[in-house]
Amino acid sequence: MTGYDDGQPRMGFFTDTSVCIGCKACEVACKEWNGVPENPFAWTGESYDNTSSLGANTWRHVAFIESGGQSTASTVQSASSVQSEDEDFRWLMSSDVCKHCTTAACLDVCPTGALFKTEFETVVVQEDVCNGCGYCVPACPYGVIDRRESDGRAWKCTLCYDRLKVGEEPACAKACPTDSINFGTLEAMTAMAADRLDVVVAAGRAGAQLYGDGPSGGVDGAGSVFLLLDDPEVYGLPPDPIAGSKHLPSLWGAAAAAAVTLAGAVAAAFVGGRR
Amino acid sequence: MAEAHPVGFQWVVEAQRRGATVIHVDPRFTRTSALADVHVPIRAGSDIAFLGGIVNHILSNERDFREYVVAYTNAATILRDDFVDTEDLDGLFSGWDPDTRSYDISSWQYAGMAAGSAAGNREIATSAAETTGAGGAKLEHGDPPERDETLQHPRCVYQVLKRHFSRYTPEVVEQVCGVPPELFARVADALCDNSGRERTGAFCYAVGWTQHSVGVQYIRTASIIQLLLGNIGRPGGGIMALRGHASIQGSTDIPTLYDLLPGYIPMPHAQAYGDFSDYVRRNAAPTGFWGHMSAYLVSLLKAWWGDAATADNDFCFDYLPRISGDHSTYQTLQDMLDGKVNGYFLFGENPAVGSANGRMHRLAMAKLDWLVVRDLVEIESATFWKDSPEIDTGELRTADIGTEVFLLPAAAHTEKDGTFTQTQRLLQWHHKAVEPKGDCRSDLWFTYHLGRLLRERLAGSDDPRDRPLLDLTWDYPTEGPHDEPSADAVLREINGHDADGSLVSGFAELRDDGSTSCGCWIYSGCYADGVNQTARRKPGHQQSWVAPEWGWAWPANRRILYNRASADPDGEPWSARKRYVWWDAAQGRWTGEDVPDFPAATPPDYEPAADAVAERALSGREPFIMQADGRGWLYVPSGLVDGPLPTHYEPHESPVANPLYAQQANPARELVDHPANAYNPSAGQPGAQRFPYVVTTYRLTEHHTAGGMSRFQAHLAELQPEMFCEVSPQLAAECGLEHRGWATIITSRTAIEARVLVTQRIAPLRVQGRTVHQVGLPWHWGGRGLVTGDSANDLFGLALDPNVHIQEVKAASCDIRPGRRPRGPALRRLVESYVEQGADT
Repeated sequence: MTGYDDGQPRMGFFTDTSVCIGCKACEVACKEWNGVPENPFAWTGESYDNTSSLGANTWRHVAFIESGGQSTASTVQSASSVQSEDEDFRWLMSSDVCKHCTTAACLDVCPTGALFKTEFETVVVQEDVCNGCGYCVPACPYGVIDRRESDGRAWKCTLCYDRLKVGEEPACAKACPTDSINFGTLEAMTAMAADRLDVVVAAGRAGAQLYGDGPSGGVDGAGSVFLLLDDPEVYGLPPDPIAGSKHLPSLWGAAAAAAVTLAGAVAAAFVGGRR
Repeated sequence: MAEAHPVGFQWVVEAQRRGATVIHVDPRFTRTSALADVHVPIRAGSDIAFLGGIVNHILSNERDFREYVVAYTNAATILRDDFVDTEDLDGLFSGWDPDTRSYDISSWQYAGMAAGSAAGNREIATSAAETTGAGGAKLEHGDPPERDETLQHPRCVYQVLKRHFSRYTPEVVEQVCGVPPELFARVADALCDNSGRERTGAFCYAVGWTQHSVGVQYIRTASIIQLLLGNIGRPGGGIMALRGHASIQGSTDIPTLYDLLPGYIPMPHAQAYGDFSDYVRRNAAPTGFWGHMSAYLVSLLKAWWGDAATADNDFCFDYLPRISGDHSTYQTLQDMLDGKVNGYFLFGENPAVGSANGRMHRLAMAKLDWLVVRDLVEIESATFWKDSPEIDTGELRTADIGTEVFLLPAAAHTEKDGTFTQTQRLLQWHHKAVEPKGDCRSDLWFTYHLGRLLRERLAGSDDPRDRPLLDLTWDYPTEGPHDEPSADAVLREINGHDADGSLVSGFAELRDDGSTSCGCWIYSGCYADGVNQTARRKPGHQQSWVAPEWGWAWPANRRILYNRASADPDGEPWSARKRYVWWDAAQGRWTGEDVPDFPAATPPDYEPAADAVAERALSGREPFIMQADGRGWLYVPSGLVDGPLPTHYEPHESPVANPLYAQQANPARELVDHPANAYNPSAGQPGAQRFPYVVTTYRLTEHHTAGGMSRFQAHLAELQPEMFCEVSPQLAAECGLEHRGWATIITSRTAIEARVLVTQRIAPLRVQGRTVHQVGLPWHWGGRGLVTGDSANDLFGLALDPNVHIQEVKAASCDIRPGRRPRGPALRRLVESYVEQGADT
């Protein structure tokens, strides 16, 4: 599919959010290894998330979601109410990353060929080819790829292509202390995700679910599988991502048919005009 | 733990994957709580009541591991008949002297004998220690303590403990801590259900327990629980002290503390001791492994002074500096303010941000003649003279400050060789990865060359006071363009050498005749067989589950201390599941998964002769070999200055009255009387209502302590770019605080400002029928770096634990109001208005 025939299996992530402690080591390791610039120093007040989203300068983003408990306006009535609030309260953490889609819209729309599929079936931007047209940015259904203000070019997670080339795991997975971020063959990652889901559900986390797994997960399958403890929307992830580019062939087909029809009509008009 | 020790927390996650129940007790719902099975929100400063409730739960329901308790602890030991408990003296133990604010601890002793503390007569230089620790609780050994193994004697430790903790009912826990009885029961049951023959449980703590005016007793309470449940000396048990930085454990083993020599040998006192033999007689326990203290000390002196140290001159014992009292950080601070300190070295320490009452530190440093700051960046402690908050308020003027500041760039750990020692006493060697840039140098380089230059200056001196410096063995090989001393050579010196100059294999080889040298007896063996044992990196899957070939743990590469207790008195494992170290009768030796922490060939049925000394004086059934009586101490007859048992006292500053006693706070706590250290009134005192909220401090994962290693790093600074306070929605409503707005937090020391993070993660608690609100403050910020902010530590006064002089910054009282703080001189006026009104209203 990617044009490589050396037997290299598809590689990917499994991000197990059930053991994420929100330490952001992945964010820092990614930036250090890949030389990603810092963001403006801006405190958001959104729990402990001052990174806010994936972007040109953020290739790993840890989301912090405080949910449940009571509304902000009420006051404490009794000790037991404090306790019952706390039992319902959750602080979810999840490290988001590029999904390295099977059908990668960013790659499909790239006019320069800067985006390409590697032998690991990961999606990588070649920074020396990218001309900064930005077509890829709206194409991505997850809002991952982004243009960097300073140079105008598009940047995103490379799944540490340079490290994979020499047999090393990506920096984020290497730095993750609790094995929330795992790296390996996509087959192994998918199997690991399924096993963990069984364990987590058996432990009583009813809302737990996989995201991006299997051929129908993500966009025709993803190179980055997640175990979430709630619905994807809770984490700011699209529940049903669609690659607009997937419909390009049929769109072009329709356009071609329309053109043929139009040409036929025009020809017919001329033919008719000779009468 | 996930917040401040994310790397260590991986093992908690691993334990949880294997079925462990993780309980997190914290005023806030943190990143640790997010993964824990149970989170217990607790009022900061009330942990002894919580833990005491667990002790009471264990004792009143007889959930203790009785065979372990009777055999291995001092539960059966009978106390003197003149000991009186706090329960009968309204919060004081017997021996209290209100004039000196200290205890005479003699009534706390065992009946019929006086047991010394494990580390000898530590030079605890409170007024109490001047009369007891330093001056001379005599060690009278030889007679075994009186015991009642039925635990029925009314003065046996077990019964004393039971009476003492009987008031710590679930209802009292609720009244003091704000923890509902159902939640408390869940914790107590989980602990008891996971202890005993088949199971073990562990405690992990950090400065949330230690930084209190009664901090040592917090840990003591956990020790009582773990001994009652049989969780000491066994796999999966223990009490893990999580350190604040890499190698803080190492900096107590080979100490930066004023009252210790390497290996926990007490620093000699100016008044208390005459000569070497007098010192050893008073400090070395005749029983247990401290019985060999003279060998450890002589070997240390030989390592330092080499050939100059001879039997004729007491091995240069008189070269050792003497302490004359408390010389801890905060005492030094006061002396600095009084103009008694001329110069000050800061090695990777930023007291202008990192120490309680930062303003007091900055005012004090302005009185120095010189200050040397060795750090990675230009930290606040190096620039207080030009940009501290006191310059802004006008209290300090740059032109008036005579302090000469030397800022010397330091090499990072990646730029030098050396070891880290972590909480499990594991030494791990790190190799230099890159050369330090520019003028950056290692601390070893700085210290070595400073010593070299001083010695060169003094060469030829015949002044006797210069002899200790001139006679030092200061001969480390150096390498490279900057003459970097060899860290490897230092480690070899620490390991120790025998008379032939060969590396010794462990402390058992050390002698007190001057034939051996050793820089730190507990580290002896780290270079056994000429191999840097600390550099071993054999992967776990290539060795046993205890992984003895990863790094090296002191002492003698033991991974669990007192592991003789993992077997029953007859030497059999308590259970197959928890088997660890046991007696192999066929071989006539202790054996097992770990290095046995017991004389290897002493059988379980060994009984010492009347004249036996050191470890030979302990029977084959007494695992706690560093204790004079070989037992784990539920009750501490000697070694603490504020009580033989923990009991609940309120923090020095608390909006809550102590419901247990008229005695509000630890009576022996250390207070500092200085205008820059005014205290908030507590509950029951006039003006307490001016400071109605509890305030606590903590670290965030994204930053490192006082910020020198994180606020100056873009990739860390961006993750938490601004100082903030955490408050509950209820407190925000009560005070008119707006989420993402600003708040000013006020104490009697100063006022700081912070952005407001309103979150349910810091819940109000119900205590004694009223709501107690808590304000949470990370303490990483200061005036310099890529991200700046006010320092939380500026808010806190100096109220200290009397045992270890640590500051109480995990619980105090405060006020909070919306908006930013005043600028310039108006800041002091705001604070003074609180202090003045506080006294009146």
